[in-house]
Amino acid sequence: MTPLFDITVSVARIAVFFAFVFGLVVIMTWVERKGAAYIQDRRGPNRARILGLTLGGIFHPLADALKFLFKEDFIPDNAHRLFYQLAPMFALAPAIMTMAVVPFGPPVAFGGKQIALQIADLNVGILYLFAVSGMTVYGVVLAGWSSNSKYPLLGGLRSSAQMISYEVSMGLSIVGILMVFRSVQLSEIARGQGELLFGILPKWGVFVQPLGFLLFLTALYAEANRTPFDLPEGESELVAGYHTEYASFKFSMFMMAEYIHLVVGSAVLATLFFGGWQFPYLGNTGFAFPGGISVAVPAWAVFLLRIGSFVAKTLFFCWLFVWVRWTVPRFRYDQVMRLGWKVMLPLALLNIFVTGLVLLLIDRGGM
Amino acid sequence: MTIGVKKVARPPEMSFGESLYLLEILKGLAVTMGHFLHNVAHNKDIPTIEYPEVRRVMPSRFRGCHRLMKRQNGAPRCVACYMCATACPAVCITIVAGESPDPKVEKYPVRFDIDMLRCVFCGQCVEACPVDAIRMDTGWFTPPEDTREKLIYTIDRLLEK
Repeated sequence: MTPLFDITVSVARIAVFFAFVFGLVVIMTWVERKGAAYIQDRRGPNRARILGLTLGGIFHPLADALKFLFKEDFIPDNAHRLFYQLAPMFALAPAIMTMAVVPFGPPVAFGGKQIALQIADLNVGILYLFAVSGMTVYGVVLAGWSSNSKYPLLGGLRSSAQMISYEVSMGLSIVGILMVFRSVQLSEIARGQGELLFGILPKWGVFVQPLGFLLFLTALYAEANRTPFDLPEGESELVAGYHTEYASFKFSMFMMAEYIHLVVGSAVLATLFFGGWQFPYLGNTGFAFPGGISVAVPAWAVFLLRIGSFVAKTLFFCWLFVWVRWTVPRFRYDQVMRLGWKVMLPLALLNIFVTGLVLLLIDRGGM
Repeated sequence: MTIGVKKVARPPEMSFGESLYLLEILKGLAVTMGHFLHNVAHNKDIPTIEYPEVRRVMPSRFRGCHRLMKRQNGAPRCVACYMCATACPAVCITIVAGESPDPKVEKYPVRFDIDMLRCVFCGQCVEACPVDAIRMDTGWFTPPEDTREKLIYTIDRLLEK
């Protein structure tokens, strides 16, 4: 009974989170196109219709998927056949795997057991996240190299240099968070953000680590190859960068990997810096506002509010990705490198130093 | 000012706030969000014309697709004089003349084809026509077709418009 129950719960969790991520990916492709159109005073996709309904072009991702499925699966003559086919998998798999450690909500009691709303509550959560997301660069480099074509190669090279540079500042930018919450386990970090800072502010990562948040956000955009750091696929110079030679479903796998990156990145951002599933001032039994006012909320509503707050935060950051993409122009390559090594890295180190100093002073002060 | 040297003002040095870049990004985000919200709220203000359903109204002197005029009895007004075919710089008009059954009219076009793939819409044929039989006042440009054959407009099609 018990092993069966555990297996069922695990499979259900994986299914639900998978569906969440892929559903969001599908929606994000639509949001990207429609958002871009509205920002640029256009109408955007509005033609695909089912039963006479267009619903603002929401069926376009479906049409895209069908189109990708029925296109010829083309492999260029001079491509390295094995690596060419491996590359999309290398791009997609790590992107999906990163979702495993993101907590969607607090543990729920169900059938006499505490069930974590998280596929794997690893005690090395953050390290796993970085180890796996570091692997995405292989997909890009393999795609660039195996295509045996100059633009993908340049795109792959740019991407690898950029991702490796920003991985450094990204890793260092969250060290401050780890020091404040004294854990690398994402569920612990999310739980730690439920406390109050000075009795007023929720102790969210963004309030205790504003600089860390900025650095992490910037590095995240660079890691996800999104504008203003989308040089690897800079279409004005490199056609489409590392996936120039890809067609049909392999191309759509790269596309999906990009959007999964975006979704998972937003979820991680929400978890680390915006309290994850924490709703401001919401405890296990109800709201407790500063000033002694408290409102009782039933347990199921607390649960829903928390899940909803996580989803809302994730959606906001997904939208921020799109919003920034259609606002900020692309950097020049030397500017990207200069920002990465000469600005982000020293600032990340400074952030760690200051955080350590403050924590030390608080400890000495006996607070 | 002797040789017209123009002094171009150099861009001013960036202030500290501007060189931080973040504030400027926030301003940019505000601009794009303004456009986004305006377009969501005032969907009708978007200048896009939904082409196949909604058509732009062309100015009255726009030289569009050709049409052939008819006489009152429905016969083509064209007298197959070849003036338009001669005037055409793109050589896109093919006329085959035949003897008209109407005793008052000498000739009529058995075939009158305009190759729309060659036509440059110069309007010389309209200028050349002595009987005002060909006009370009349909107010619309050539619609796309699947095959080249369909873009060679025959006399029936030209008379329809």
